[in-house]
Amino acid sequence: MTTRAVGEQRTRTRPARRAALGAGLLGALAVLALFVVLSVCVGSVSLSPSVLLDVLAHYDPTNGDHLIIGTMRVPRTVVGLVAGAALGLSGAVMQGLARNPLADPGILGVNAGASLTMVLGISAFGVTAFSGYVWFGFAGAAAAGLLVHRIGSFGRDGATPVKLALAGAATSAALGSLTTAILLTDTEAFDEFRFWQVGSLANRELAVVAQALPFLAVGAAAALVCGRLLNILSLGGDVARSLGVNLAVAQGIAALAVVALCGAATAIAGPIAFVGLAVPHAARVLTGPDHRWILPYSMVLAPALLLAADVLGRVVAPPGEVQVGVVTAVVGAPVLVSLVRRRKVAAV
Amino acid sequence: MTGDALAGQGLRLGYDGREVVRDLTVAIPRGVITAIVGPNACGKSTLLRGLARLLVPDAGRVLLDGRDIHAMPTRAVATRLGILPQHPIAPEGLTVTDLVGRGRHPHHGWLRRWGADDDRAVADAMRVTSTLDLAERPVDELSGGQRQRAWIAMALAQRTGVLLLDEPTTYLDVTHQVEVLDLLTDLNRTDGTTIVMVLHDLNLACRYADHLIALRDGEVVATGTPSDVVTRDLVADVFDLPSVVVPDPVSGTPLIVPIGRHHTEVLPGPPPTTALPVPELAEPRRESRSE
Repeated sequence: MTTRAVGEQRTRTRPARRAALGAGLLGALAVLALFVVLSVCVGSVSLSPSVLLDVLAHYDPTNGDHLIIGTMRVPRTVVGLVAGAALGLSGAVMQGLARNPLADPGILGVNAGASLTMVLGISAFGVTAFSGYVWFGFAGAAAAGLLVHRIGSFGRDGATPVKLALAGAATSAALGSLTTAILLTDTEAFDEFRFWQVGSLANRELAVVAQALPFLAVGAAAALVCGRLLNILSLGGDVARSLGVNLAVAQGIAALAVVALCGAATAIAGPIAFVGLAVPHAARVLTGPDHRWILPYSMVLAPALLLAADVLGRVVAPPGEVQVGVVTAVVGAPVLVSLVRRRKVAAV
Repeated sequence: MTGDALAGQGLRLGYDGREVVRDLTVAIPRGVITAIVGPNACGKSTLLRGLARLLVPDAGRVLLDGRDIHAMPTRAVATRLGILPQHPIAPEGLTVTDLVGRGRHPHHGWLRRWGADDDRAVADAMRVTSTLDLAERPVDELSGGQRQRAWIAMALAQRTGVLLLDEPTTYLDVTHQVEVLDLLTDLNRTDGTTIVMVLHDLNLACRYADHLIALRDGEVVATGTPSDVVTRDLVADVFDLPSVVVPDPVSGTPLIVPIGRHHTEVLPGPPPTTALPVPELAEPRRESRSE
């Protein structure tokens, strides 16, 4: 064999590794399917999976069990699936874009922006319908994201990971205090807002999901297109530009994905922390630093984590429930700590 | 192709309104190794970034093969000109093969997939940089010299006729400095790659460069072959450093031997052509030690 042939063979993308990653993704889908079933069946009234099969075969609105599944459990599970996938994808894109393993909607100020504009919408413009203030949430998420990027880009090096994180933390604090100030002047009106603020999958309406669906579709498409670009961006801005990447276009596509996905997920389920931070980390540990795999893994594992946390929240303190935003933080923290301890935080 | 590979005309370059290079015109001859030298903060790296279109000039223009580089699609530029920044950082866990493969990006459209020519380009780049044995190793776990070779392999997989490097030998020990410069010379001699590099080490620059551009305060002080331009006057002009310039016993190129405050010229050599400012000896320093 010639040297050239040896070289080519050694450097060819290994089909074995691709097959393993593909199999892993199927495994993750199986885990997700398991939690979907659990999410539909487990709760204050626990139902056996056979009831679920019944419902699928012939839905009977007069049957109490069927009614629970159809009107409560299924919408709740759909919200979890959609919000989870959106949070996982947006977290992965954000971490890749910011080249910062700590990037998530909370740290980069996106949640704080969404909260502030939603409170403003309720307080100043008298918006009451959920479908109304969703738009304020979008606008706030986008504006805060842009603001943080602008602040983080000052200076010669442009938007470095550290500057972005600092800008995000400062912006979050500033916007958060404004939100608190408005809330303190008008406490009663914000019950619903405060419920939203904790993050929950319960009592969200499928109509809201339907409204958010176009945004989710656009965001997911943009995110999945981003994989190769994020791979190049991860080598640094200068190398990316020397490889012919138009930074403004690439960052624009990624930012569009983040704002659409984060905004939609936050609007339908509230600012659920931790999923967008922890899941891409876990995905990266499993797949290595290739965003073409990190993105789909995050998209599947995040809703699995969210549904698992939601199910746990239903059974952990009967007869009450612990909201999913609380559970993800409690469950996610040890997972993240163990990941970080097992190996250095994968620099993105 | 004839003419200069790369040229800057009336360039004004800076960051955030702070001007580093005012009005600079420079030509990079095709098919040779050009070294840009000068003291710290003279605008070497800024000029390189400007030539590589990483920095948009406030005035003037950069011509790549005679065409305005900022009027060309960036992807088209990326198939002709590659640049290796000073401290590139690879994401943790990225293998050498994957890093080198990413150099193929400009040759892929939105839809075009990895092909046999990509495999060949990656294998060739890794062979000439002797990184085949490192193929499966993560870049972040390599030694400095190995890592630099891996990054050069990435730039080579890009298959450009022009390669710009910002201080490719920083942080390398002398063995690996020579190794990297030998590798760049190989590329130039075998493929005719036009190489432009910013170098700190004046002696290595004299030895490896065919063409030297000496900068000071954002202005070109001298250009030409090292043997033509490097004299003790030039070293004094550019670096404010009294020195003796002798022929390198190995390559015959100019070898700069600096004269510090504590040493004087002892070699029997020609007397200085001009009166250099001889620094007055400071008072004997009192070395106070706290021990």
